Amino acid sequence: METRLKAPDLSLLDKVWSINWLLVALLGVIGAIGCAVLYSAAGGAADPWASRHALRLAVGLGVMLALALVDVRFWFRIAYWAFGIGVALLVAVDLTGFAAKGAQRWIDLGPVQLQPSEIMKIALILGLARWFHAAWLEDVRRPLFLVVPLLMVAAPVGLVLLQPDLGTAITLVSVGGTLFFAAGVRWWKFALVIALALGTLPVGWGMMHDYQRQRVITFLNPEQDPLGSGYHIIQSKIALGSGGFWGKGYLHGSQAQLNYLPEKHTDFAFTTLAEETGFVGATSTLALFLAVVLLGIHAATRARSQFARLVIVGLSMNFTVYVVINTAMVMGLIPVVGIPLPLVSYGGTAMLTVLLGFGILLSADVHRETVIQRFPRH
Amino acid sequence: MQQEADRLRWFKRRSLLLGMGTVGLFGTLAGRLWYLQMEQGQRYQLLSESNRVSERLILPPRGRILDRTGRPLADNVPTYRVRVVRELTRDLPGTLENLAQLVPVSPERIAEVVRQAQARPRFVPVVVREDLSWEEVSAIAVRAPELPGVILDAGTVRRYPEGITIAHVLGYVGPVAEPELKDDRDPLLQLPEFRIGKQGIERSYDPILRGSAGRSRVEVNAVGREIRALDRDEGTPGQDLVLSLDLDLQRFCMNRLAPETSAAAALIDVRDGGVLALGSVPSFDPTLFQNGISSRNWASLRDDALAPMVNKAFKGEYPPGSTFKMMTALAGLEAGVIDRHTRIRCTGSIRLGNIEFHCWKKGGHGAVDLVQSLEHSCDVYHYDVARRLGIDRLAEYAARFGLGARTGIDLPGERPGVMPTVAWKRARLDQPWHKGETLISGIGQGFVLATPLQLAVMTARLCNGGYRVSPWLARGGAQHATCCGAPPEPLGIAKEHLDLVLTGMYRVVNSPSGTARASALLTPGVQMAGKTGTSQVRRISKADRLSGAYKRKDIPWKQRDHALFVGYAPVDAPRFAVAVVVEHGGGGSAVAAPIARDILDRALQQGVARPMPPAPGEAA
Repeated sequence: METRLKAPDLSLLDKVWSINWLLVALLGVIGAIGCAVLYSAAGGAADPWASRHALRLAVGLGVMLALALVDVRFWFRIAYWAFGIGVALLVAVDLTGFAAKGAQRWIDLGPVQLQPSEIMKIALILGLARWFHAAWLEDVRRPLFLVVPLLMVAAPVGLVLLQPDLGTAITLVSVGGTLFFAAGVRWWKFALVIALALGTLPVGWGMMHDYQRQRVITFLNPEQDPLGSGYHIIQSKIALGSGGFWGKGYLHGSQAQLNYLPEKHTDFAFTTLAEETGFVGATSTLALFLAVVLLGIHAATRARSQFARLVIVGLSMNFTVYVVINTAMVMGLIPVVGIPLPLVSYGGTAMLTVLLGFGILLSADVHRETVIQRFPRH
Repeated sequence: MQQEADRLRWFKRRSLLLGMGTVGLFGTLAGRLWYLQMEQGQRYQLLSESNRVSERLILPPRGRILDRTGRPLADNVPTYRVRVVRELTRDLPGTLENLAQLVPVSPERIAEVVRQAQARPRFVPVVVREDLSWEEVSAIAVRAPELPGVILDAGTVRRYPEGITIAHVLGYVGPVAEPELKDDRDPLLQLPEFRIGKQGIERSYDPILRGSAGRSRVEVNAVGREIRALDRDEGTPGQDLVLSLDLDLQRFCMNRLAPETSAAAALIDVRDGGVLALGSVPSFDPTLFQNGISSRNWASLRDDALAPMVNKAFKGEYPPGSTFKMMTALAGLEAGVIDRHTRIRCTGSIRLGNIEFHCWKKGGHGAVDLVQSLEHSCDVYHYDVARRLGIDRLAEYAARFGLGARTGIDLPGERPGVMPTVAWKRARLDQPWHKGETLISGIGQGFVLATPLQLAVMTARLCNGGYRVSPWLARGGAQHATCCGAPPEPLGIAKEHLDLVLTGMYRVVNSPSGTARASALLTPGVQMAGKTGTSQVRRISKADRLSGAYKRKDIPWKQRDHALFVGYAPVDAPRFAVAVVVEHGGGGSAVAAPIARDILDRALQQGVARPMPPAPGEAA
């Protein structure tokens, strides 16, 4: 295969034409569903959530499309820098961040409160993608070669656990894992790591905060403490289950409307949706999310550079992890961890980072024909 | 280049696996949704309903109690209460102090209200005071803008417009007590404002009067605040209860008894047993019990020597004295130990073994027959008849006329009285029967005890032709004081024997030498018959025993005889039977007979608004 040293020059029109508009449309629909859910969660009012959500969605989609036009080699160039900045921000937040909801997760940048762990997820994907871009299959299968990427995962995970933010840590590990997997790391190595992880579970249990342990205990038996830590999940299951096939009707979800549902506008937005639109609405929404992921994976397979492929699949799987953890949580399948439902839950940073991720994903897809040197010198 | 191709091949394979894994995860999620929303949907819908809907009970209005003409004896009147909602007031103690300037609220009460309000959710009202006067209500209403969070609302309280006149019969209502909760599952009992019948008619007909609870379903949010009303079932109001009692007669009866220290009277319809008046003095004020009686008031009622709480007409047991002589005479006739011609010589006393039993008349009555024995109330005649009968045969006939057992009147706490037998004494006192006791039983002394109501029933059964009527106020638990369907069964007493006894009773009042000659009816053309009684206080009435008053032996009043009278009228077509007992009143002819006469007079004069049922004998 011939190696082009010069990037093909795509005109702006070409780029716009190459944007995966189906994916953009799906994201727009999901964001609109989010607006509807937040409108309902406010008891049928645009204030305080739906209107701002819509505004952020519009701005975010614009930023996303702008990012889609950025040359993929830009992301390649800044990958390690981004990773470094992400880690630095996590260190900064551990040192200076202020407590919110019992965890240090935010850093105050004057007008904007930044959540570095969200930035970190994208930065980790970029960093790992660049590392694996340079690796042939036989490199990836050398255990020593995996030391650096393992450290790249371990560093932010360790910092996030210090905050503590179990949800983000799990996401980072999952996303890192899928990148290792997509890059071609052997099955048995995953099995080994999982076995080791299971072996160190008791140690992890000892390192967990009381509230995290409580969450696990509550997850295993929510009825044990129906008014305390089990309340969320019991009420969520009641709301969701009582939706039935067709749901209680938009704006008629009694559990959400009557405030039985805690955090109905953030982590439990999907419950509100499932209560009001029932099995039909909930599975349709899940289908939309799945379509986004599958479009992403399909896009990954047609990119010419390993970096683009890994970035796209990494970001897609990041998105998957969000959706699966959030919905599985509100359905009582896994313990309650504070992870929002992308584009539906209310929250500025979450929305912007999701769309930032998709901007990079689209950019990698738009520039799928672009070949990136294994070791470019700039 | 082969390396890049390998890498792409591997990437595609792994991406396919990731895609399949994702589809699998989403499939699991959809399966979980199916399980929660479809398989378990019904269950969660129920949970969601119970989450969302709070059921509140609604107190139905309590049924009224009416006299036989429909005049209210107990009804419900609105009462106002003032409540305060912590959420709506900025400064709760301050608001309460402002309120205390308008209506009396003690500082302790303010502290209590503040404590209660803080123990509950902010929006739950706390009662500050109940039973506000209209002046207090308007004072609060006018100043409402200065009293944020203060709410006026209305409830009802039981009202007894006749007060003490009828308190003994109606009883009263009060807050539910612990033991009542145990064996009554009615949800109404859970309502703090529910009042349950504690005594009298209020208690015996409580299930009819109380009605059944209504329900309002209210949507509530997670903290219990009401969002909106869903639906409302007002429940069934309690049924009104029409009594056989006649308010005018009851008033008259109570007024007539009022001058006596302690007395009771029962007036019944001889044909169906309907109670027209049931008087007992002293009485009490039933409204004292509305919100739970104060311990001081309760103590003064309970410790009163005259037992104002006890309706002596059916709870007081007295030796019937000479009013019992009809039983002895009738039993003698029925058993064949005497006949209408039998004469017994009264020398002033009769000897049994070495004990002398005296007649009230020192010199004796000479030879008297049955009619004369009643007319003059000769003791010796009845001693002798009782002796001939034996106690068990005497008791058998007395029992047929309702003595020695509860009459079954529909009021709680009725006393059975005592009609002794050999077996009774063995069982009760573990002692053999003495013949002398038979003799004194023959004149209604000794162990014999009867309530005024029993004596009225006895009289009714004598004068109605020997039919087993039983007293009632609201028959059979029905809401109306309707007469019995079938005529009462006959007692199986020979008509000529009854007539003989009634002739004696007629003579008591109407013969120039009768013991109650002075108490003939004032109504022209109508005559009454009856029997006086003056019973020695050898035993103490149950009421006395309860009150503890019998200990005060030093009070001469307590040692005086009970004055009794039983009577009926009109003689030719009996309608009313009356029994009067004046505790320690002295002679029956002087004290009890005039009262009975006046009550019968009144009953005859005014008639009774409700048409009377046909006499058992007249029924086709």
